[in-house]
Formats: sequence, structure tokens, C-alpha cells
Amino acid sequence: MPHVPLSWYLILSAILFALGAAGFVYRKSVITVFMSIELMLNAVNLSFVAFSYQLHRIDGHIYSFFVMVVAAAEAAVGLAIILTIFKNRGTLQIDEVDSMKL
Amino acid sequence: MDTVLFIIFATIAVVSAVSLVLQKHPIASALSLIGVMGSLAVLYLLLGAEFIAMAQMFVYAGAVMVLFIFVIMLLNAGSEKSSGKSWFAQIAGLPLLIVFAVVMGFVIKRGFTDLRVVEFGSWVGGTAEHIGQLLFTRYLLPFEVVSILILIAILGAVVLARKEID
Repeated sequence: MPHVPLSWYLILSAILFALGAAGFVYRKSVITVFMSIELMLNAVNLSFVAFSYQLHRIDGHIYSFFVMVVAAAEAAVGLAIILTIFKNRGTLQIDEVDSMKL
Repeated sequence: MDTVLFIIFATIAVVSAVSLVLQKHPIASALSLIGVMGSLAVLYLLLGAEFIAMAQMFVYAGAVMVLFIFVIMLLNAGSEKSSGKSWFAQIAGLPLLIVFAVVMGFVIKRGFTDLRVVEFGSWVGGTAEHIGQLLFTRYLLPFEVVSILILIAILGAVVLARKEID
């Protein structure tokens, strides 16, 4: 097979998204949960770019660019929230931050 | 050559993603995430998205990950303790993950029948020139909105990370 079918890129994107979702549910450290969210955003970006190749239009690249910008903003705010949680609670385990639990 | 490059970097991406989920230490997870992002940048290049590949390296693998590693080292985050409470995740996690990936693969194979074959260099649409033209004409309003969003995020981060919170 000389060239790669586009469905391989989409399947890779699905696998990466599934792994990110698994990390989001499975991990206990706030920072790792946050990194799993970034992994899911990256997987979605890959499928945006792949569909952009399929349609031969670069609108998908623009969406991917916007996702990147929003992810950067989200990382700045999220890490500031993590810093505040650590300052007030002294922990990074999401199990131990449960004061809104009934 | 395309197939070889795709298989190499897709393997690096998947192995790094698995390592991100399985590593106990946050620094190891962050380095795995950098591996995922770098290999995804190569895949973007194979898809003809030059600008997005460079932005991926600069913004994600550069700025965002430096921020992550900075916070991990600032908080001196150690290995996470495994709490034995999530028995459902222990038992059902891996089967559900495999079922999800298989279903998605099936849907992609069946749902998109006329997908193109990726050939490196056959379509170069994503240069900075093309992206810039579209960004400043048709997508001008979203561009401005996103810049305001970035401004608000900067202010929010500064306010949240102040010394006294209340």
C-alpha cells in the first residue's frame, strides 16, 4: 500500500480521544486529569485537519487554530485554579476536594 | 514513505498517550504529552497543514507544556496515591475503552466510504498565507472574539493566582 487512507487518521484520532477520556475518568491527580483534557482536544484537532484534507478546504485548519487558542486560555485559567486549590487545601488529589459534595 | 512515516508517528502518539494515562508521576505524564503533541505535528505536516503543525509545536508543545511543567514543579507534585475506591474503573475501564475504539473504527470505516488517500505534497493548502487570508476575511469576527477571550483569560489567571484569594 503506497499511501495512507484518510480513515487511518480518523481512527488514530478516535483512539487518542478514547485514551484521553479514560485518563480523565481514571486518574486522581488534578494535573493529570487536566492533561487528559488537552489530549482529547488534540485528538479532535487531528480529525479537524483530516476532514480539511478530505474536503480540500482550509476551514478545518481555522477551527483547529481556534481550538488551540481556546486550549491555551483554558490552560492558563485552569492552572491558576489548580494553584489556588493547592494553596487553600494543600492537596492535588481530586478525591480530597469534595466540599461541594452533599 | 507516507505509510512508514504515518505508522512510526502514530505508534509514538498512541504509546505516549498510553504512557500518559498509566504513569504515576505528573512529570512523566507531561513528557508523554509532549511526545503525543510532537508526533501529531508531524502528522499535520503529512496532511498538508504546515501552519497548524508549526502552531502545534509552538503553542502546545512549547507554551502550554512549559506552563504545565512549571506548575508541577512549583507545587512539587509527587506520585499520586492510588485510592482503591474506583473498583468500577478497575473492572470495566479497559473493556469499555476497547469497545469505544472498535465502535468508532467501525463507524469510520462504514460511514465514510469515499475518503481520500493521503499523499504528502499532493495538496498544500494550509500555508500561513492561506490561513491568514481566510482568518482576516471570513473569520474576522471569531478572530476578534477569540482575542478578547485571551485577554479575559489573562486577567482571570492573574486574579486567581494572587496571593490573597478573599
